[in-house]
Amino acid sequence: MSDGWLLARALRLPGQTLALDAAGWTDLLAIARAEQMIGTLAHRLNGLKLPGAVQRILEDARASADQGRTVALWEAEVARRVLTPIGVPVVLLKGTAFVAAGLKAGQGRSIGDLDILVPRDDIDRVEAALLANGWEWVKPDPYDDAYYRRWMHELPPLIHRDRDRMIDVHHTILPLTARITPDAAGLLADSVEIAPGLLTLSPNDMLVHAAAHLFADGELAGGMRNLWDVHCLVEDNGTDGLAGRAAHHGLVKETARALRLAAALYGEVAKIGLADRFYLRRITARDGWGWPTRPFTRQAFYIRSHWLRMPPAMLVRHLWTKWRNGGAGPSAG
Amino acid sequence: MRHVFSVKIGPVGFRVGSDWRAPVAQLADLYAHYPQPDDGVPDFTVRLFAARPWRRFVRPAVMIGGDFVLPEAAPLPLAQGLLAAEMGMNLQMALGQRRYLLLHASAVERDGRALLMTGVSGAGKSTLAALLSLRGWRLMGDEFALLDPATGLIHAFPRLVSLKNAAIGVVERAAPERRFGPLLAGTPKGDIRHLVPDAAAVAAMHVPAQPALILFPSFGFEPAQREISHSEAFVRLTQASTNYVSLGERGFTALTGLVKSTPALAIDYPDTDSAIAQVEAAWEALGQDS
Repeated sequence: MSDGWLLARALRLPGQTLALDAAGWTDLLAIARAEQMIGTLAHRLNGLKLPGAVQRILEDARASADQGRTVALWEAEVARRVLTPIGVPVVLLKGTAFVAAGLKAGQGRSIGDLDILVPRDDIDRVEAALLANGWEWVKPDPYDDAYYRRWMHELPPLIHRDRDRMIDVHHTILPLTARITPDAAGLLADSVEIAPGLLTLSPNDMLVHAAAHLFADGELAGGMRNLWDVHCLVEDNGTDGLAGRAAHHGLVKETARALRLAAALYGEVAKIGLADRFYLRRITARDGWGWPTRPFTRQAFYIRSHWLRMPPAMLVRHLWTKWRNGGAGPSAG
Repeated sequence: MRHVFSVKIGPVGFRVGSDWRAPVAQLADLYAHYPQPDDGVPDFTVRLFAARPWRRFVRPAVMIGGDFVLPEAAPLPLAQGLLAAEMGMNLQMALGQRRYLLLHASAVERDGRALLMTGVSGAGKSTLAALLSLRGWRLMGDEFALLDPATGLIHAFPRLVSLKNAAIGVVERAAPERRFGPLLAGTPKGDIRHLVPDAAAVAAMHVPAQPALILFPSFGFEPAQREISHSEAFVRLTQASTNYVSLGERGFTALTGLVKSTPALAIDYPDTDSAIAQVEAAWEALGQDS
């Protein structure tokens, strides 16, 4: 029975895919699509002599990722044109940062929203500038809106009314309710200009952010892609000074785990413990139809993600409100 | 999944997995003379599944999933499982197709040249394509015409022709009973019955055609015809394409190329007999112009 390891092996050792039969390819492509990594896989396998049908599918995936890259960079440029005049530098996060900086993690990567980091003191001005330039609220629900503003590390998502693209404006990298408080001002202070008016986090902060996102916040959805980012970031920039930087942000454990799991999936075999195995069990929970598997493991991580995100009394209140508004669960958030 | 069906339609391979036997058995029957996906590797996966395990048996409701999904799609009763499968395959094309510019149009071919018909639901795309295919035209598809940005040619996508409501009777009078699927009554789109494309259409489905004429039919009006400008055809076709935006510059270049090289007409018609006469007359006039 196939699972996420099929995709991990293909990305680690592309040549091994030549041994796949039709059923193996079918599973691999479905899993790669479900993990939003078909473009990454397509880049990784580029140049291999593959079956014709596979070749066509991967060519289309590469073209699609190229178009996604163009659109993502344009979206960053539009944000820059709006925010530069009010004196706010645009620090790109995640996928857009990877492609803008020409990093390996950006090759073929699917990019959804534009994620940017701005100083918390500027957040009201940023919001006003975006609203004045065609962005609109997505979340119509007053509870969600109030929740974002009071407790989250980002504004409620905004969508541009003409281009239909979302922007997530962050002022730090973890929710304010989380027990860990990374140094947001430090992230901005160390950011690197990659083009006039466009910046990214420093290489080590990119890694710490990826780790924070995976292990101190989310329920590990998209874990395969996030760990591929980590793997590529380490390949591009190494880990010099990373331990110190992770300690500075209070994310030592999370960063170390990200490095171990990324190595276990995509790199040289790392020494991993029982807890790491449980994480990998969740991260690779996907069948050859691209369908989520291992519901109990998933549920456990879903509960854990909320546990990490907020104190117990608040969690109860939050889940109660969400349940009354129409159900909370691993897919409902 | 418990039950699996694979098929190649035009240049696109599909695999459909289902929690129930019935939809897969119907697909296997209706697509019996279609080939398998190239190299055994389908382009797209469709899943028909029960939202909860017991819903496989108790008031069975078919959820549509796959590589690409709409977040809030409503399930269909098991009796409409065939429709669910067709919707699932269309959805993969609409959301996932990146090789061809997808035009929401029916297409028929004669002498290597393609006639495209596009319009809102109810304009008669499927009906006209079905009737023309019974009059010596090659059916290329009733739902999507695939424009290849690399060549400017139209590729066929001859899935089952989906006839709705009054169109069912019109085509039943013209085609033999054995070519029809079961009547699916009371679906969200009304009554639906599928017409199986003829063997010649399937045998030639890998052969693309040069676009020669674009028609925008409208049903329910006195017979009339007017020329459509390049710019109007362009705008109408961007609205009739599900992947125009995601193809980016390739889509723009392909579509401007199509409308500049292909005459376009709006045709109003009161009934199908009149429509067929108008369409074939427009096609003949085309031959005389060139």
